[in-house]
Amino acid sequence: MAGNEAVTEKKTRVAMPEQEPDYRRRNFEEVPLGYTPEMAVKEASRCLQCKSPSCVEGCPVEIDIPAFIQLIKEEKFDEAIKKIWEKNRLPAVCGRVCPQENQCEGRCVLMKKGRPIAIGNLERFAADFAREKGIEEASPRLVPTGKKVAIVGSGPAGLTAAADLMAKGHQVTIFEALHKPGGVLVYGIPEFRLPKDIVADEVESLERQGAEIECNTVVGRTVTINELFEEGYDAVFIGVGAGLPKFMNIPGENLVGIMSANEYLTRANLMKVYLFPEYDTPIPKGKNVAVLGAGNVAMDSGRTAMRLGADTVRIVYRRSREEMPARAAEIHHAEEEGIEFLLLTNPIRFLGDDRGRVVGMECIKMELGEPDASGRRRPVAIEGSEFEISCDLVIIAVGTDANPLLTRSTEGLKLNKWGYIEADPDTGKTSIEGVWAGGDIVTGSATVIQAMGAGRRAARSIHEYLTHNS
Amino acid sequence: MFEIVKRKEMANGTVILNEIKAPLIAQKAKPGQFVILKADERGERIPLTMADSDPERGTITVIYKVVGRSTELFKGLEVGDSYQDAIGPLGQPTHLEKVGTVVCVGGGTGIAVLHPIAQGLKRVGNRVVGIIGARTEGLLILEEEMRAVSNELFVCTDDGSRGHHGFVTDILKRVLEEENVDLVVAIGPVPMMKFVTEITKPYKVKTLVSLNPIMIDGTGMCGGCRVSVDGVNKFACVDGPEFDGHKVDFDQLMQRLRAYQSEEKTSSKAHRCRLDQ
Ligand SMILES: Cc1cc2nc3c(=O)[nH]c(=O)nc-3n(C[C@H](O)[C@H](O)[C@H](O)COP(=O)(O)OP(=O)(O)OC[C@H]3O[C@@H](n4cnc5c(N)ncnc54)[C@H](O)[C@@H]3O)c2cc1C
Ligand SMILES: Cc1cc2nc3c(=O)[nH]c(=O)nc-3n(C[C@H](O)[C@H](O)[C@H](O)COP(=O)(O)OP(=O)(O)OC[C@H]3O[C@@H](n4cnc5c(N)ncnc54)[C@H](O)[C@@H]3O)c2cc1C
Ligand code: SF4
Ligand code: SF4
Ligand code: FES
Repeated sequence: MAGNEAVTEKKTRVAMPEQEPDYRRRNFEEVPLGYTPEMAVKEASRCLQCKSPSCVEGCPVEIDIPAFIQLIKEEKFDEAIKKIWEKNRLPAVCGRVCPQENQCEGRCVLMKKGRPIAIGNLERFAADFAREKGIEEASPRLVPTGKKVAIVGSGPAGLTAAADLMAKGHQVTIFEALHKPGGVLVYGIPEFRLPKDIVADEVESLERQGAEIECNTVVGRTVTINELFEEGYDAVFIGVGAGLPKFMNIPGENLVGIMSANEYLTRANLMKVYLFPEYDTPIPKGKNVAVLGAGNVAMDSGRTAMRLGADTVRIVYRRSREEMPARAAEIHHAEEEGIEFLLLTNPIRFLGDDRGRVVGMECIKMELGEPDASGRRRPVAIEGSEFEISCDLVIIAVGTDANPLLTRSTEGLKLNKWGYIEADPDTGKTSIEGVWAGGDIVTGSATVIQAMGAGRRAARSIHEYLTHNS
Repeated sequence: MFEIVKRKEMANGTVILNEIKAPLIAQKAKPGQFVILKADERGERIPLTMADSDPERGTITVIYKVVGRSTELFKGLEVGDSYQDAIGPLGQPTHLEKVGTVVCVGGGTGIAVLHPIAQGLKRVGNRVVGIIGARTEGLLILEEEMRAVSNELFVCTDDGSRGHHGFVTDILKRVLEEENVDLVVAIGPVPMMKFVTEITKPYKVKTLVSLNPIMIDGTGMCGGCRVSVDGVNKFACVDGPEFDGHKVDFDQLMQRLRAYQSEEKTSSKAHRCRLDQ
């Protein structure tokens, strides 16, 4: 009997300890609490150490997953983190926010049995261990190359490109439009999913290694790309993200109480609304909140609204549960926290009171028709199925477009028809000599790890350019 | 850090001028553009139009009215103190072009925003007729400065304590009747701008207004500053802040500006409590 128990135990994934839903839905502390060393070792022991590990193919930066897991199993935690650092500079971030089910874990051989190794949790464990113990990536003493690179945007793409270029001895300055570096990691993803200390630590470690960070600099306005070259930069990397929020373009959208997720989350995260009035920026406190969309951004918005005291939060989505693009873990967390899902439903009009404040919306029921270009079944309105719901705050999270502020001010920069920068997928080279681009401003909204991958590939190509041009 | 090098109180202390060291912004700033200032770590990001900029001294000047929590906090900053953050120049500069006769209408603090634009319009060869107004003489700002850049200047006060007893719109009507006007630029409280556009509409005179919706980032990222222009949403921070006044939905703008009224009271109260301690 005892033997059998051991077998089943070995089969089940070690659950991540979490704050209780009823408690956490009203606070901003991180939801998953992290593995203890015992849990990490136990989970690591489940890995089959595959000879040709398919998990690695699922990781956009190709972390040597079996190797770092083996090191955790052997309790060599400091070596495990060094193994990860070889490929990924932001493991504390990726372990928390990667859509693992579509990436590494989705490709793990144990996925077929429904119990893939918890690679993200293990990666997070190793990274948090290093942070607690103050273990730092050894930065080799480099002969400075004397070359200067300007990085525009301090999101994951920019931070990764900067780190890789510094590791080759180039001098790097990061220009950021907002007053704090980190991109979406700081203004978008909430504290309860990604504590801001982690991002700050990463940025500080870059600074300690010699990166200069110029916040409050809107490239295209404060300084242009051309002027950066005139100032003596030898190359420029553009990683400004996607940015521009999409709206629904339906009647009543400018009523007070209707805002983009970017605005809502920026107020909440960057301006620290949850500490209002200690921090000065206000936010509308919705009692009945509707969130339009069902991606990570929608889940983050809904869960933030719940934490700011909403009675009800409804995710309104025009397709069905299967098509929801958010990470599985976030959908699960949102549900546990009491967020409702109004699926196959599309708003067609917002309703306001005489002071111009939103009080509800008219929706229509949808059904799924033929697959569209994205391969997902296209939602079609069911005629005559209109109905109203009441709400006093609406957060629109239906995606973003390319922000034209920088691209418009940069002559000769080739864009595609949606306004994203055209860049070579292997090198990040743009139509302008000496200018590279990567991340959301090239691909449209994607993921943290994809943006990091683009930053890394561009850094490699920039390094080649700088060393061959001398 | 962005140090205040000069500070002046105007309009009985209800309006403050700050000249701030910000060399990069000063080099780029053009009339009509704005900056976002943030006093300290906890502060709000506040958009203010630049009333002046001096590339040589590396400074920009803002003139703001004390209306709420953040501008009260700004008022407490002395020469030698610094803003933690200054971002800019943001927004589209005014298109300065010789068109003939331009009437520049300014109300309240709007005069500060209007002044560099009037100056620019004069410099490119326009005949500038200035009309400025305030509730009462004590609240009127920049009269001499406006006189210097206008071929003709009219002053109005609501209570008649200085100049014409009445609104800027009264004078505007008269000017439109009396001469050929090619362009009107109106900057001031939203109701004033709305009335100006209603007056100029029958005369078919192009009328520029400068809008001040609530903003956060100022770079097109949040959409909070959206205004309806000709039925289409524009982001005032990147597409504006100047728009064709005949196409702006002013009523909606006014409603949106009141979005945070109750929250702001909480913040101001909490602030006072902090000060009282
Ligand atoms: C709310 C939210 C939740 C998300 N959740 C997840 C998740 O769970 N997992 C995941 O993998 N991905 C997630 N994503 C997507 C992911 O965050 C992005 O794909 C990723 O951040 C893109 O990185 P980037 O470096 O290209 O750009 P960004 O992170 O957008 O950074 C761009 C930076 O450039 C700055 N900038 C813009 N214009 C200028 C300019 N002109 N001059 C100077 N600086 C400029 C911006 O202020 C910003 O700081 C989420 C996104 C959001 C919004
Ligand atoms: C592009 C732009 C340029 C501007 N230029 C100037 C300028 O040169 N000089 C100047 O005095 N002001 C200017 N403003 C307005 C200024 O930003 C606001 O007065 C300021 O944000 C109020 O902040 P507060 O915290 O002190 O007041 P709050 O406590 O936020 O508000 C106090 C009162 O002012 C209203 N209010 C809030 N935000 C705004 C706003 N953006 N515009 C108008 N009323 C508002 C509130 O509804 C409330 O009734 C500009 C605004 C924009 C968008
Ligand atoms: S970086 Fe992301 S995809 Fe790669 S192993 Fe880590 S969690 Fe998985
Ligand atoms: S595929 Fe799964 S079991 Fe195999 S090495 Fe990767 S994580 Fe381990
Ligand atoms: S202020 Fe955010 S988009 Fe204009």
